[in-house]
Amino acid sequence: MTSSTSPSGAGARAGTHRRSSHRVGPLASDAVTAPVLDVDALLADPGTGIIVCCGSGGVGKTTTAAAIAMRAAERGRKVVVLTIDPARRLAQSMGIEELDNTPRPVVGIDTSTGGRLDAMMLDMKSTFDEVVETQASPEKARAILENPFYIALSSSFAGTQEYMAMEKLGQIHRQAQVDGTYDLIVVDTPPSRSALDFLDAPERLSSFLDGRFIRLLLAPAKGPARVMSMGFGLITGALTKVLGAQVLTDLQTFVAAFDTVFGGFRQRAQQTYALLQDEQTSFLVVAAPERDALREAAYFVERLADDRMPLAGLIVNRAHPTPPIGLSAEEAVAAAQRLERRAESERSDGSAEGASTLDDPALAEGLLRLHADHVRITERETSLRARFTAAHPEVATTVVPALASDVHDLDGLRRVGALLAGQPAERDLPEA
Amino acid sequence: MPETAAASSPDWAGVQLHVVTGKGGTGKSTVAAALALALASSGKNVLLCEVEGRQGIARMFDVDPLPYEERQIAKGLPATPGAAAPDGSPRGPAGTVFALHIDAESALLDYLAMYYKLGRAGRALDRFGVIEFATTIAPGVRDVLLTGKVFEAAKAGRRGKGVRQYDAVVLDAPPTGRITQFLNVSDELAGLAKVGPIKSQSDTMMTLFRSERTAVHLVTVLEEMPVQETADGIAELRATRLPVGGVVVNLARPHELDADDLAEVADGATEVEGLASDLAAAGLDGSPDELVDVADHLLRQGRDHAERLALETTQRALVDEFEVPTYELPRLAGGVDLGGLYELAAQLRRQGMA
Repeated sequence: MTSSTSPSGAGARAGTHRRSSHRVGPLASDAVTAPVLDVDALLADPGTGIIVCCGSGGVGKTTTAAAIAMRAAERGRKVVVLTIDPARRLAQSMGIEELDNTPRPVVGIDTSTGGRLDAMMLDMKSTFDEVVETQASPEKARAILENPFYIALSSSFAGTQEYMAMEKLGQIHRQAQVDGTYDLIVVDTPPSRSALDFLDAPERLSSFLDGRFIRLLLAPAKGPARVMSMGFGLITGALTKVLGAQVLTDLQTFVAAFDTVFGGFRQRAQQTYALLQDEQTSFLVVAAPERDALREAAYFVERLADDRMPLAGLIVNRAHPTPPIGLSAEEAVAAAQRLERRAESERSDGSAEGASTLDDPALAEGLLRLHADHVRITERETSLRARFTAAHPEVATTVVPALASDVHDLDGLRRVGALLAGQPAERDLPEA
Repeated sequence: MPETAAASSPDWAGVQLHVVTGKGGTGKSTVAAALALALASSGKNVLLCEVEGRQGIARMFDVDPLPYEERQIAKGLPATPGAAAPDGSPRGPAGTVFALHIDAESALLDYLAMYYKLGRAGRALDRFGVIEFATTIAPGVRDVLLTGKVFEAAKAGRRGKGVRQYDAVVLDAPPTGRITQFLNVSDELAGLAKVGPIKSQSDTMMTLFRSERTAVHLVTVLEEMPVQETADGIAELRATRLPVGGVVVNLARPHELDADDLAEVADGATEVEGLASDLAAAGLDGSPDELVDVADHLLRQGRDHAERLALETTQRALVDEFEVPTYELPRLAGGVDLGGLYELAAQLRRQGMA
């Protein structure tokens, strides 16, 4: 399942490559081709109001989100992109190095089609603070904001960043509906341990708010009836032993103060969740052609289906394009070895400089070995992608070739956007 | 690093706890596993720990998912045949790599049982959701529990029935962006627990983490953002007085062309016909026209490669400025399987990391 069916390859290697198309048995059977993800159609559809880019860390999510937002803007959409942790130079080029939690216009966008692009970088803590301030009275808000548990929770609770990204999405969406500033919101998701963290965050926060332990801590404030149950006595005893009494008191104060804003939080979490299920939302799962990244992507695709969230497709970044020539890795290595031996024997024969029949054997040898390395990588990537497609044949996919250099300016983003839309990369798509 | 220097003494001979971190996608788990294999030589026992609940170790070593229990998973890298042991002692058989999957819930119950003999109260904590609360919600506590278990495994003078003493512990740690916070447990707790047993516990842990018996290694690839993050990580670790170990450059591209050839390819100065005739001499079949096509493609591929290598060179210069020992692992074209791990382990050994 390599490049054997490419026309130029078949021509150049006639006789040696045809055989794979005649192969029978399990290897050749039922090769599934993934439907192609049409990014431009997705962006052109006025029904697309929110695009969420998710995937495991290190797969180019942020760049993908920014490139998609920019492409949409230059095709006439009014776009805001919410990023989490962009590379410094990329952030600078978009004018968002300040963490001020407000969308800023990106300068340098082609607005001739009537579109626009704003960008902002999420400040997790101040988003959390804002929510508390809108949910509680000023005195209560102050008490919460100063509590050590709140400070730790708002900056390091596993899932806070994920939850706050969704919270900010909800805020911007509500605002956009009122004043029509944006017709498309593109969201990048935090670099979590697992892509699933971000879907689990609202649930985890809710379970925190509804947890039995929290209820128990609140019990003393709520009336004397079940206060001193035996279980509670045991627990406070154990906790005091482990944590010390002061911690328990701080915790109780925090929970009591926070209780009033719980309801608001839960309601907002539910609204955001519903927004993610809405048909105007499209999820793009971003992956690299690596085993772990594609496994994460597969989990995520399944999870979106379970939660009835609309998946638009899979983006495989950093792929190595299948070479347009049909020279296999083995042949390339064999040829390189022949060259090496020949150059060697010419040297030991003591033939005069310049008498060699070879032009530059070291270069040819190096290029052949590079080619072999490249072919092995593309073969592995193709088979990994084929496995994903076999398990998830319905997922539309687009493959983006690895760029030679990092993306840190608008031109780079524009180039990635074009690649995402499949423009110059047609020949790079897998054939089987 | 020259091979001879490596053979005399590994760079981290006195280190008991190796913490391996790196940005997502740089392969830190792979490097941690390879380091464990490399360290497990001549009868040395090494414990490889993971704390992020991914079961990555089980997948890499192709074994069943790991429980919260130390399990033997592999034999270490055997000594090079014929090589004399550094201290002159005879080379024994390869050591063993054990693995431990640490989850916060089990660690908490373990901790309570070990230090407080809570018994019934421990179970009550579980029943009332306190365990879940403490491990998923209470910030900092989770990290303290995870690092606490690592500390317990790494400390000298471990006692108890069936308890093994390890020569080294390798921790596949959280990513670079979180590593300082993760290890700096006493600070994490400082706002919450100013006194009390958990506080003194975390202070003891910090003593080990800050000592020369610990080294925090950072894994990177030669791209702008991971290198930048590595620089930030090193600065943060130093500011917190946590011991910075080495930098492992992972997934390095092959060097099949020398500098002159690279420059020539990058400039597009090569004659396609000359290359095509060399390819014919190398025994590739095809008409002259077809070989020109092949040569043309190889040159384009070569130019692309030269461009990426130039970028890597820029980033490598930045890595050199960190002034810490640096190791380099190749990108394995076939991906990393168990055989690949041993290959990487051998590289680390040759370069003196283990």
